[in-house]
Amino acid sequence: MSAQALTLFWPFCLFIVVLFVIGFYCLLVTFNLIRALIGLELLIKAVTLLLVLVGYVTAHEALVQSLVITLIVMEVVIIAVAAGIALGLHRHNKNLDTRQLRNLKG
Amino acid sequence: MGTQALNMDIVILFLMALAALWTVMTRSLLRSAIGLALTSAMLTILMFRLHAPLAAVFELSVCSGLISVVFIATISVTQPMSQEKVLQHMRDRLERFWYLPILLVLIGIVLSFVSFKFNLSVPLPEIEKDPRVVLWNQRPLDLLGQIIMLLTGVFGIIILFREAKQK
Repeated sequence: MSAQALTLFWPFCLFIVVLFVIGFYCLLVTFNLIRALIGLELLIKAVTLLLVLVGYVTAHEALVQSLVITLIVMEVVIIAVAAGIALGLHRHNKNLDTRQLRNLKG
Repeated sequence: MGTQALNMDIVILFLMALAALWTVMTRSLLRSAIGLALTSAMLTILMFRLHAPLAAVFELSVCSGLISVVFIATISVTQPMSQEKVLQHMRDRLERFWYLPILLVLIGIVLSFVSFKFNLSVPLPEIEKDPRVVLWNQRPLDLLGQIIMLLTGVFGIIILFREAKQK
């Protein structure tokens, strides 16, 4: 990695960590299922940015772009299914409190 | 990349972090969804600047557009929390997680003493510059995985809503 790429790498890394911490905080403190999904989205965004950054500094942009596209497709599927589950939970419990999930019996 | 471009990147990164913080801290779920779309838009600009234009277009159209629509549709169908409950929840949150900022600062101090050495220059015999060639010719199994994931998602949603309809 060249010195020029290194100057770019660390500021980006710092903000990626910040984004990751914000997403993790959101996941940790909330009881609302939709807000938890938003936290998960923020975590995925941090991972996406890290992938693109590493692709840039190692000059493997094409490979990383194909990986990011795969990641985005998976992200959409996960969010769509999770939103469906949230709707089902709301129909059942009349709220989106994740503490209500503990009452479910298999 | 010059100093001016790096400064621009840092400004965009700062705006992205600010949008993410607003997403998490705002009380309204609808504003959270809009904040997430803003974060996504900032990420799109960064991806474009990091020479990943195809992935950036995907990020903008899918993450900033489609996922926001899914979130807003879900929020509009479900019932929002009352103002009293929101305030009570915020008070509970402050009581339960008062130690988190201290923990974060401590982890930051510990990590600042650890020296990370990444060997990012992985040698490859030939670096393909076109993402379309990589995706279609070199990594076709990824496409198969994407198709399987999409079908899984579609079947998952069909099953979820069929069960809800029967009840």
